[in-house]
Amino acid sequence: MGKLKHMKLGDWIFNIVQYVMLISASIIALIPVVVCIFTAFKTDAEYQATTPLVLPESFGNFDNFVQAFTKANMLRGFLNTGIVLIVVLVLSILFASMLAYVLDRFRFIGSGLIRNLFMFASLIPGIATQVTVYQIMYNLRLINHLYGYIIVLCGTDIISIYIFLQFFENLPKSLDESAILDGCSYFGVFFKILFPLLKPAIVTSCVLKGVSVYNEYYMSNLYLQSSELKTISTALYTFTGPYGSQYNYICAGVLITILPILVLFLICQKQVYGGMAAGAVKG
Amino acid sequence: MSKSATSQAAQRKSAMSSLLGGGKTNRILVIVTFMFIPLLLLAVFTYIPFLEMVRFSFFNRTYLDEGTFVGWKNYIDVFSRKDIFGSLIVSVYYMGGAVVQLALALFFASLMVFKAKGSSIYKACMFFPYLICGIAVGFIFKFFYAHGYVLDSILGLFGIPLEDCPLWLQNQNINNIALVATSVWRYTGQNMVLFLGAMMSVDNELYEAASLDGAGRWQQFKYIILPSIKTIIVLNLILSISGSLSAFEPPYVITNGTMGTGTYFVIMNRIAHENQKVGLACAMAIVLLGIIVLCTIGQNLFFKYVFKDGSEDDVTRAERKAAQKAAKLARRGGARVHG
Repeated sequence: MGKLKHMKLGDWIFNIVQYVMLISASIIALIPVVVCIFTAFKTDAEYQATTPLVLPESFGNFDNFVQAFTKANMLRGFLNTGIVLIVVLVLSILFASMLAYVLDRFRFIGSGLIRNLFMFASLIPGIATQVTVYQIMYNLRLINHLYGYIIVLCGTDIISIYIFLQFFENLPKSLDESAILDGCSYFGVFFKILFPLLKPAIVTSCVLKGVSVYNEYYMSNLYLQSSELKTISTALYTFTGPYGSQYNYICAGVLITILPILVLFLICQKQVYGGMAAGAVKG
Repeated sequence: MSKSATSQAAQRKSAMSSLLGGGKTNRILVIVTFMFIPLLLLAVFTYIPFLEMVRFSFFNRTYLDEGTFVGWKNYIDVFSRKDIFGSLIVSVYYMGGAVVQLALALFFASLMVFKAKGSSIYKACMFFPYLICGIAVGFIFKFFYAHGYVLDSILGLFGIPLEDCPLWLQNQNINNIALVATSVWRYTGQNMVLFLGAMMSVDNELYEAASLDGAGRWQQFKYIILPSIKTIIVLNLILSISGSLSAFEPPYVITNGTMGTGTYFVIMNRIAHENQKVGLACAMAIVLLGIIVLCTIGQNLFFKYVFKDGSEDDVTRAERKAAQKAAKLARRGGARVHG
């Protein structure tokens, strides 16, 4: 009896510690962003006069957002990022699923080698090879064109291939076989039978690839240099120059870029977590 | 359903093989068309640059000028130049940060395994920083650490006057710690989600049975949770070595690598694109790749020999199975630390 009482006290203490720890960790995780929200709604005068922890006078002051949006040409950034995102997602899903289909369903000379080539490629850090990729892009006249950037993003896409390979391993081969007996060609098998079944893998790879393309900075900085080709992350980077320490504008810019990702995350949390576990292969 | 389909397929197998002959051209056609573009892209954007990189690393060249052959000089420079060697020292801070990050992730994931109300909210709050783009993270923390701004104001709430606050980004004793903290902030939640996934793959009945048998939380942690994720922890520790060399965007935005905060990639970026020392930058990339390959080999050896039968006497079969599952998950994925 005494033991039971003791355990209950222990449970109680554990629960308190558990909640205090979890809640304070959540607060610490949010503080840097929340402070940005406060600051982004402050007028210049308010920003000068108050510390960052003070709430803004009103959350209705969108001047900084408008300023940030127009000065950094974020509309252009969103437009370019949007185009790149859609094209890259469509192409990389198509290419990766076709490649995974061939590698999983057929055994031929060199199929093992090809698989290993892709595996090894995932070890090579992306930023490291850009020195020589830059030269190739230059020779192919792909610099300063959206399509050049799209091509290079598709070319460095290993994550989706992994995801589709895993998925095909779990799709029964009997599906292909019976379709072929019914007179389907291999192309028909892939496009009519298998592709529609890939939906979960497509969602996972869209989430992962989407986030990484949206956040990509290094390559868009290298390959999209003219100002009308800025993507959202290079547009955000322009705040290092003219605004210096005008953090009320910078914070507004930061929040504008975060917002779409936040919305996506809130809508499909489950897929995002699932995607992490399934395909956190490489940046 | 799939079972009956399999048996059906087995019945039809003989018919199938006779059909295959006719499908041979179709088969070759599908292989070639489906693989052509991905292989072309792989060659053009991964392997040709890789080979070029190896070649360039022996030359003293810029982007346009072919330069002269210098043998191993660039490689010697990687280890003897002060700025590059300094960046290797900086990466030690990031490795330390990775250890802290894994410990925190493990701690919070364990707290969440024992049911807590609203845990999905805490999880979301802690995970969200991972989705913010590196440039935005840079700005957020530039603001956070600026003298007299967020961190100093928070410390002010605790009664520490502004004069006593150090210059977080300029003081060379602490600026790397401050920058590493941004990495910890960014990736702890993601690590936690991975750990949580591995822990949840343990059969729930195991926890229930354990607590019915009177096992305390510490015992549950030691005998159920820890075995289920030790593989993923080791894997993350190994990954943190290459991850700490690849940290880029936050230090790039926050300090631009000045005042002794240049990580390997920040320095490499400067050498390649500002100083135009392409040969040296390529040698740096090859050294980095060498380190990564060594880590991968080490990781495989570790799993082969240390976790071979994987377990002390007290690990039951179910637990081992869970550990294997976690290992599979980890090998497939593996957390990205820093970067």
